[in-house]
Amino acid sequence: MVEIGHFALVLAFALSLVQSVVPLFGARTGNERLMAVGGPVTVTGFALTALSFMALTTAYMQSDFSVANVWENSHSLKPMLYKFTGTWGNHEGSMLLWVLILTFFGALVAAFGANLPATLRANVLAVQGWIGAAFFLFILTTSNPFARLVPAPIEGRDLNPILQDIGLAVHPPLLYLGYVGFSVCFSFAVAALIEGKIDATWARWVRPWTLAAWVFLTGGIAMGSYWAYYELGWGGFWFWDPVENASFMPWLAGTALLHSAIVMEKRSALKIWTLLLAILTFSLSLLGTFLVRSGVLTSVHAFATDPSRGVFILCILMLFIGGSLALFALRAGSLTAGGMFQPISREGALVLNNLFLTTATATVLIGTLYPLVLEALTGDKISVGAPFFNLTFGALIVPLLLLVPFGPLLAWKRGDIYAAAQRLMMAFGGALIAMLVTVLFIDGATVFAALGIGIAFWLVLGALTDLVLKSGFGKVSGRIALSRLAGLPRSVFGTALAHLGIGLTVLGIVGVVSFEAERILTMKPGETTEIAGRIVRFEGLRPFQGPNFTEDRGRFVLVDAAGKDGAALISSKRFYPARRMPTTEAGIRTMGFSQLYVSLGDELPEGAVVVHMWWKPLVTLIWLGGLVMMLGGAVSLTDRRLRVGAPSRKPTRIADKPKPAAS
Amino acid sequence: MRKFPGIVAATLAGMLAFGGIAHAVQPDEVLKNPALESRARALSSELRCMVCQNQSIDQSDADLARDLRVLVRERLTKGDSDEQVLDYIVSRYGEFVLLKPRLSLHTLLLWGAPLALLLCGAVAVLYSVRTRRVAEVSALSEQEKQALEAILHDDRKA
Repeated sequence: MVEIGHFALVLAFALSLVQSVVPLFGARTGNERLMAVGGPVTVTGFALTALSFMALTTAYMQSDFSVANVWENSHSLKPMLYKFTGTWGNHEGSMLLWVLILTFFGALVAAFGANLPATLRANVLAVQGWIGAAFFLFILTTSNPFARLVPAPIEGRDLNPILQDIGLAVHPPLLYLGYVGFSVCFSFAVAALIEGKIDATWARWVRPWTLAAWVFLTGGIAMGSYWAYYELGWGGFWFWDPVENASFMPWLAGTALLHSAIVMEKRSALKIWTLLLAILTFSLSLLGTFLVRSGVLTSVHAFATDPSRGVFILCILMLFIGGSLALFALRAGSLTAGGMFQPISREGALVLNNLFLTTATATVLIGTLYPLVLEALTGDKISVGAPFFNLTFGALIVPLLLLVPFGPLLAWKRGDIYAAAQRLMMAFGGALIAMLVTVLFIDGATVFAALGIGIAFWLVLGALTDLVLKSGFGKVSGRIALSRLAGLPRSVFGTALAHLGIGLTVLGIVGVVSFEAERILTMKPGETTEIAGRIVRFEGLRPFQGPNFTEDRGRFVLVDAAGKDGAALISSKRFYPARRMPTTEAGIRTMGFSQLYVSLGDELPEGAVVVHMWWKPLVTLIWLGGLVMMLGGAVSLTDRRLRVGAPSRKPTRIADKPKPAAS
Repeated sequence: MRKFPGIVAATLAGMLAFGGIAHAVQPDEVLKNPALESRARALSSELRCMVCQNQSIDQSDADLARDLRVLVRERLTKGDSDEQVLDYIVSRYGEFVLLKPRLSLHTLLLWGAPLALLLCGAVAVLYSVRTRRVAEVSALSEQEKQALEAILHDDRKA
């Protein structure tokens, strides 16, 4: 089975070479038969990659330690779920997952791209083939997951204990679906450049892919953030670590792309810029892969710090980013610029959105790479960490957040900013009240906290205002308004939900940053402590034997005002003998949107233990906001015009035409 | 931090080299004076743990980070201002210890970039809006004319 997997991977590489050349040549010479090769080859390539991936997964699930990769990262006593997810919990396996998802998206384009013009489809598949070929070659030459060991060891070295968590089942696949999903946008952009033709329909074809990738990437980042929060025992949700930034940059650029593609689709403007953004977004995904995989950041987070891999990925990076940008520079001039609009208009607002988002992306990029470049050039060593990013990114993102509610209320072509402001009076009033309440009624509220809460309410209420206005509540009777609300295009709901989600995330961040309470103390069994008005009693430590670990479980009980015992939580310290590694399993109790977070430190004589305890107000909103954003993207994806509105080759009758959007 | 599998792991592996897993700030380090302690925490989150990757001394379990935390608290109890504490630590450990680099010649680009990019972008947007007052209407290609003809023809039939 293992050799079959290896062989399938080699075959998939060979097919990707065919995919790279034949459809492209067909498109150039107008040969339909050659162009038609793209589809079947892409789908077969996906099937072979899937077979290869299954082979590795099987080796993991059977604990076949004759495979070096399995021996290094698995253990026979490991629970089955982690044997399965351990497939991608290492460099080689995660790269295999990467190409699996890449070929999956290629196959989707081949399957659902029947309504695309034949040459565009052929070119898109060819560009996907180039990316695939480069990464197949990378895996086969530098990161082969199928290498055998002779003689086979009896027991494996186990998966890193931190990764033995449900987070590994969800986070990397989601993240890669997002990262790699943007490759489709990239391929469309490069294909358009090759053809030298781009119009509004291009945006309509690309938008669903952008949306889908964005939804997955949002989920991947949110999930990773929550995983870090509960697993690392510090209760931090975002660290501005280079590896985090590597996933955040494509998200920011992808968000900009999502917005500029709307302008292109509806108004045929910003065509060249949208094309550039599509290229940049995937370039940042590739850069992220490079930063993480090559170990160039001398980061302890990279599990591959092999220079040959680094050089290989650097070559891929230069080839694709350099190549596509050169093609862009060559061809962009020949593309026609699109429709006109006044500065104050929906288009204008979306341009402003793009301006802030791309500047924020560039700031994160510069901050991440600056120490590296400075050291290479001058030998000076500096650090750029969270305090820098909080300051600069914060300064850039706050104005954008303030502007968000205006966007959907402005009309296309020429908007009325005063009318929009008037309609937002209620939302503004609500935000002001929230700020006042914060300052007057919450102890220790700073100006920063009040402003942050104000912005969060402004975003949430602004998003709701859009829905209320578009359905005409207050102007027409409630029943008519309700039916209008139900009849609004899905994309309007998508926008409102996504913007509302940002508001929730902001509320969560401000809540936890401004009003968090913390206790660091030594507790003996039976002792109590007070945190944020709650009494918590420590019951003592008890040993427990897990499948492949031992742990000390500390039990904590919340005591109510009457002295009665309430909810309990377990916080533990684990030890994994295979890797001789300890981990902390924080005890978390969710109350409303807030959480009580307890993690254990060193044990002391007489059963006492060092306890680190936090009260984290509204913290869950950070990730719930992410979920709401994802929901918004998903709802928007079901919009009628994306389902049936994509221009088909058949002439449509007038009655079947998609309804124009309500705004 | 943990954006990729293994990232988390490696962090911990790194930490282990510096003694067992524990929590950054220990009960015995905490100062009696809450105002001083909160200043100490704020300062700690701006100082890098020199032997870790992108961790502040406030988060790190490394011995060196503990030494620095204790040092920060010693200076604060002696009556140093926040700025004096930072100066003192930079004089001993160099600029590398600061997670938020100071504005100087070699960080000019870093600090200047966000604003410069925003302004450049704004100028570029304004420029392109001004120069594109005249609409460019491109003629239909032969292929498009035929397609249009076909659609119109189809409608007339229906």
